[in-house]
Amino acid sequence: MATKAASPNVADVTAGHKTSSRTIALMIIGLALILVAPFLIYPVFVMKVLCFALFAAAFNLLLGYVGLLSFGHAAFFGGAAYITAHAIKQWGYPPEMAILLGTGFAAIMGVVFGYVAIKRQGIYFAMITMALAQMFYFFCLQAPFTGGEDGIQGVPRGKLFGFIDLSNSLNMYYFVAAVFIIGFLFIWRVVHSPFGSILKAIRENEQRAISLGYRVSRYKLGAFVISAALAGLAGSVKAIVFQLASLTDVGFQMSGEVVLMTLLGGIGTLMGPVVGAVLVVSLENYLATSSLPVPVVIGSIFVICVLLFRRGIVGEFNAWMDRKRG
Amino acid sequence: MVTVFGISLPALMGQLLIGLINGSFYAMLSLGLAVIFGMLRVINFAHGAQYMLGAFFAWFLLRYAGIGFWPALVLAPLGVALVGVVIEKVLLSRIYNLDHLYGLLLTFGLALVIEGLFRHWYGTSGQPYSIPSTFQGAFNLGFMILPKYRAFVIVASVVVCLATWLLIEKTKFGAYLRAATENPTLVQAFGVNVPRLLTLTYAIGAGLAGLAGVLAAPVYQVSPLMGQNIVIIVFAVVVIGGMGSIMGAVVTGYVLGLVEGLTKVFYPEASSTVIFVIMVLVLLVRPAGLFGKE
Amino acid sequence: MTEPLLQVKGLQAWYGESHVLHGVDLQVHRGETVTLLGRNGAGKTTTLKSIMGVLRKRQGEIRLNGKDLMGLPLHHIAYAGLGFVPEERGIFSGLSVHENLMLPPKVADGGFTLDEIYHLFPNLAERRNSQGTKLSGGEQQMLAIARILRTGANILLLDEPTEGLAPVIVQRIGDVIRALKAKGMTILLVEQNFRFARKVADRFYVMEDGHMIDTFSADELEGRMDSLNETLGL
Repeated sequence: MATKAASPNVADVTAGHKTSSRTIALMIIGLALILVAPFLIYPVFVMKVLCFALFAAAFNLLLGYVGLLSFGHAAFFGGAAYITAHAIKQWGYPPEMAILLGTGFAAIMGVVFGYVAIKRQGIYFAMITMALAQMFYFFCLQAPFTGGEDGIQGVPRGKLFGFIDLSNSLNMYYFVAAVFIIGFLFIWRVVHSPFGSILKAIRENEQRAISLGYRVSRYKLGAFVISAALAGLAGSVKAIVFQLASLTDVGFQMSGEVVLMTLLGGIGTLMGPVVGAVLVVSLENYLATSSLPVPVVIGSIFVICVLLFRRGIVGEFNAWMDRKRG
Repeated sequence: MVTVFGISLPALMGQLLIGLINGSFYAMLSLGLAVIFGMLRVINFAHGAQYMLGAFFAWFLLRYAGIGFWPALVLAPLGVALVGVVIEKVLLSRIYNLDHLYGLLLTFGLALVIEGLFRHWYGTSGQPYSIPSTFQGAFNLGFMILPKYRAFVIVASVVVCLATWLLIEKTKFGAYLRAATENPTLVQAFGVNVPRLLTLTYAIGAGLAGLAGVLAAPVYQVSPLMGQNIVIIVFAVVVIGGMGSIMGAVVTGYVLGLVEGLTKVFYPEASSTVIFVIMVLVLLVRPAGLFGKE
Repeated sequence: MTEPLLQVKGLQAWYGESHVLHGVDLQVHRGETVTLLGRNGAGKTTTLKSIMGVLRKRQGEIRLNGKDLMGLPLHHIAYAGLGFVPEERGIFSGLSVHENLMLPPKVADGGFTLDEIYHLFPNLAERRNSQGTKLSGGEQQMLAIARILRTGANILLLDEPTEGLAPVIVQRIGDVIRALKAKGMTILLVEQNFRFARKVADRFYVMEDGHMIDTFSADELEGRMDSLNETLGL
């Protein structure tokens, strides 16, 4: 299906930027903001943003750097949330164990889903991931341990490593921030590693990569699993922050939201998903109290982004800075 | 009482009938999706919303204009086709030269907008639409009861699919479509107005969805959620059948509807996921789909 | 000297960012058969595609019967009377031979009738219900030419019609082109096969690196053979 010369790849829009001093400056600013945020803004809100930022960054690893649009990423996010919630509430696991369990579960799901989905490319891949996630949704709807429509509620925050009390908002916040920063840096490292370069080569010209001897499916699957695991990490942490795992987390709306965050923020940029997450979470917060129907606004933004704003905010910013340089 | 594997025959046939009805809608909807994908290379996520629009237009016609089922069967799909024309000309045509994923994202956004609006206006519960008087009642076949309207839906869907197939395979217009699917630039170099052909194709696909919606109104009731519920299943049907084959999409639709019905009888918990499981299996064995050409 | 049927001035064209034609001039008079010669990559096919409008990124003047084609959408250029037979032939696999033949709409009166076409190309009549791509290479070439003849196009753009074909088929195509000339058809031909080209052409253009470097009539050919041998590497 891929005729790369004829139909430009979604990720070609913005990718190809080596980490410039500009990006490093942005990251340092971001770090500073993260550190002071709980004193300026309602901590639960910022924690929500950080969880979704990690989720979106994980999604973007697959879309922006490998060129694969997964329309079912909520399965990893929500699946891990369920496992973590269940592990804490029913089995009494400490938070760090529960998170590891949730992330591991997401990684395994990533192997299974990825193995099937990677057999096709492009839109087929998107449709397959969508259908697989929907299958998982129906499973979660019916499975007894998920609590069905109610979900798993009242998950205790617990004591991290046995002594850090996470019911203290500030403790919880800095833990979430640490997880986010580690996850983000991990993605950064992957993108700039030899593995990441091969992924980029595959995205640009798969045939050539194959002829050079690379087992392309293995690399794609590897990227898929990493992406799934990180999405699961985000979901696991989210379950502890909100003390809840529910059907919304594995639902189709959730998968769509993370796509929007990445598109709006900038596909194939490191900061894009983060910016997108901030915007979308803030927007939804605002819309919750207004009378405007949320899907209509989200859908309209999708349409506008696809038509006029494909590079996303960070992408447009990068392009503008490049033009200024001459 | 006759039983098959412990299930009474009328109960079994009743479920198979439901399966066949669902299959009729799967077939019609995958047909529309396949037609649009074949020509425009766009996965029309808005297909479910267009199906919902068809049902709602029929309901509007009845409620506000007193126009009944039979005229609605023509007018509502035309209305949805017109919406399709607008969508293609104003939005879709701008992104043909981009990666095909953008088509999916654009139509996804459109689906959210359309379904969101209707959910805002009409809530999530369904509006009733009564079965047209011609088809009220049922045939008693001895081994099962066959409601007349259900029988009509099945026959109508077969007629629609056949008519579409004839249009594509046997007419001049269909020849233009088939040629433009292979090489749109060359077809345009011959003097065929390919941009208009693309608009028409999208409109036809949308119209087919709308027609399915009208037929669905008396069966499933008219609800803003009806598109969402069915569209992902239809995607799975199309992946199983193979995107390149129109007849494949149709046949797969009917067969999977029946399979779903059978599963409901013997293993009800799996009935909502069986189609996806089959999709996974097909992908492992024959990634191009059962009738796929690629 | 009558006004040329096709007049091209200062034609420039780009494939993406790559500037491939640098100001090409050419003329074709009614009833003439003009051949574009040049090595691989000289820009012959690009010139043809630019004239037809299949390649959109172009600048300059392209006039057919005095009418400027530059700003027209592709299907209107076909209506103006240009018929295009691409190098790949472009026979559609989803259509039968007959459907392929009937596909291009009529753009003017004076096109060949179906009978005349089947008379000129009897194999097509025999295989009319076969799938288009089941024909041999030579038969597909005939079909590609035949379907344009039906439309009434008054000027034929032929891109490498003999490429990859057996000598006996090449001969047949030569016969077809001569029959078309006798009917007064105007032809702009791109050909690598020099021996074939010299049998059918009235006039020649020579291209190199996206430039037009020489033009001469069939009479002047003998005198040019030495420089041609060098330029084309014959």
